[in-house]
Amino acid sequence: MTDLAPTSPRTLTVADFQGSPRRMRKERAIRLAFLGAALMSIVISVLIVGSLVGEAWTFISQVELASLWTDGWFPRRDMYDIKTIVVGSLIVTVVAMLVAVPLGLGAAVYLSEYAPSGVRKVLKPALEILAGIPSVVLGFFALTFISPEIVQRLRDEATQFNIAAAGIGVGILTIPLVASISEDAMRSVPRALREASYGLGARKITTTVRVVIPAAVSGLVAAFIVAVSRAIGETMVVFIAAGATGGALFSTDLFGPGQTMTAAIASQAAGTDQVRGAGLTFQSLFFVALLLFLMTLVLNILATRFVRRVRQVY
Amino acid sequence: MALTTPAASAGAVVPEQVRRQLTGRRTDLAGRLFQGLLVAALAASVLILVVLVYDMVVTGSEPLTERLGDFLTGSLRSQPAESGIMQGLRGTFYIGVFTVVFAFPIGVAAAIYLEEYARQTRLTRFIDLSIRNLAGVPSVVYGILGLAIFVKALGGLTGPDAQGRSLISAGLTLAILVLPIVIMTAAEAVRAVPDSLREAGYGVGATRWEVIKDHVLPYAAPGILTGTVLALARALGEAAPLILVGAVTGFLSSGTSFSPITLDDRFTAMPIVITTWAGRPGADWEAATAAAIVVLLVVVLAANAVAILLRNHYEKKRG
Repeated sequence: MTDLAPTSPRTLTVADFQGSPRRMRKERAIRLAFLGAALMSIVISVLIVGSLVGEAWTFISQVELASLWTDGWFPRRDMYDIKTIVVGSLIVTVVAMLVAVPLGLGAAVYLSEYAPSGVRKVLKPALEILAGIPSVVLGFFALTFISPEIVQRLRDEATQFNIAAAGIGVGILTIPLVASISEDAMRSVPRALREASYGLGARKITTTVRVVIPAAVSGLVAAFIVAVSRAIGETMVVFIAAGATGGALFSTDLFGPGQTMTAAIASQAAGTDQVRGAGLTFQSLFFVALLLFLMTLVLNILATRFVRRVRQVY
Repeated sequence: MALTTPAASAGAVVPEQVRRQLTGRRTDLAGRLFQGLLVAALAASVLILVVLVYDMVVTGSEPLTERLGDFLTGSLRSQPAESGIMQGLRGTFYIGVFTVVFAFPIGVAAAIYLEEYARQTRLTRFIDLSIRNLAGVPSVVYGILGLAIFVKALGGLTGPDAQGRSLISAGLTLAILVLPIVIMTAAEAVRAVPDSLREAGYGVGATRWEVIKDHVLPYAAPGILTGTVLALARALGEAAPLILVGAVTGFLSSGTSFSPITLDDRFTAMPIVITTWAGRPGADWEAATAAAIVVLLVVVLAANAVAILLRNHYEKKRG
């Protein structure tokens, strides 16, 4: 009977549930390592902003302000006309959206609302493969196919290197982006909404255009913004197909050569094997990159807002 | 049976009659037209892909058929008929290695932290925001980052002889470029792991790391792998950052096709070879460029196709 009473009565303490200290130390170390990896994204963001702002500030404080508003973008001749390259970027973006929005949105509506599952299974991967094509490939395609076979046929006086072909190339590049974000938005519209519409006797087209598309409109706007951001940031297609290597005069001609912000950066760095030039050429790249960074940042924040709105509603 | 109308004997006629009455005997012209337009949009998108690939294969057929071996193993030359892409392929291969070695572990670790460890604090939201924004930064801006950090600031480390314009700088720049893609796809894969799996692990006394290592990661592996392959394909096709970091656009003197690779020396890569050749006049250069594009497309599209198939396979398996 004495066996039942423990010789030294010992109550359980918190320490008994804490596990071995070695195991806990390992847990903490791993957690810290993972936190470090996650913090890399902030470090990179800071590095980007830091490296851009420093040299961009040097540029702004040393450049003659008059040279920011001249006849063209010729950094090696101290002509930094910002409007030339900003307008060039905007023209390319508008052309690109004229291609990408109807095609991408049409493809998305078809895949989401009309396509039988068998067709969907084949065509969706095809679109995703289009998304994987490197931009240099589309640049070469724009130069050797779109320019002579499409642009120059429509317009005789178009030069071999022209903004229209580059814009179409960028547009093709953004079709899959528009299609996949739009399709996601439309597929997240609840089935009940469609069924209610059919129940009232609506046709398929009415249901799609008057119910599904309005319900998904935030997502469609997000798709558009992301595509604009991507088009503004696209470099290689314009670099290869728009044909303004050294610099460019201010121009709004769709069928002549032109320069964008991105191509202006790349073309100063290419060819010479070294990013150096007269005066502030090197610093001007950082200034343009900062401008580009801020533009895409604003667009991306806007797009995130719209995507979140879709998520909140459904 | 009294309700049976004479039409019952006619069988299939009834549904047809009912349908006609309900639709008012009109064919839905607008609907048909709309659907036709949608199909046309999708068909045009796919057709562009077909035309592009066909055009490249036809244009590049000469180097691809007559001298494929020489083309793949040759160096950059001034004559299109003698030029080969070995130096570009090597550069692209090592850039791929850098991407996997750096972006994969850091990206997956960051994703695990965000999904498994992080509480909803201000810091977490800030990390999340910065990843989203990094994903949208144009690639040429990453090139500027590489130029400022790896080439100028760390040039002594990344390549003293090449003034920093080395394969190391290029590889690190592209690893940073694809890091947000790896993090976002890996986080999505980790998020898709059912909670019951984690709870079962905790229930038998496993620590958080043990649950992650033994249950979460194996379950999320296919998704993480898919994201990594997609990121790799993206890195292999990028050209703009490499131009900024100082890829050689002319001829790469150092290193014939069989000499050992030095990571801290000047370099070139497939997208750069294509860009350079695309700028040269004449049908021969055009053929060489198209052939180089076909080679790059085979590599990049194969990677993409593997990723897509992998994803579809596991999606089907798990319903």
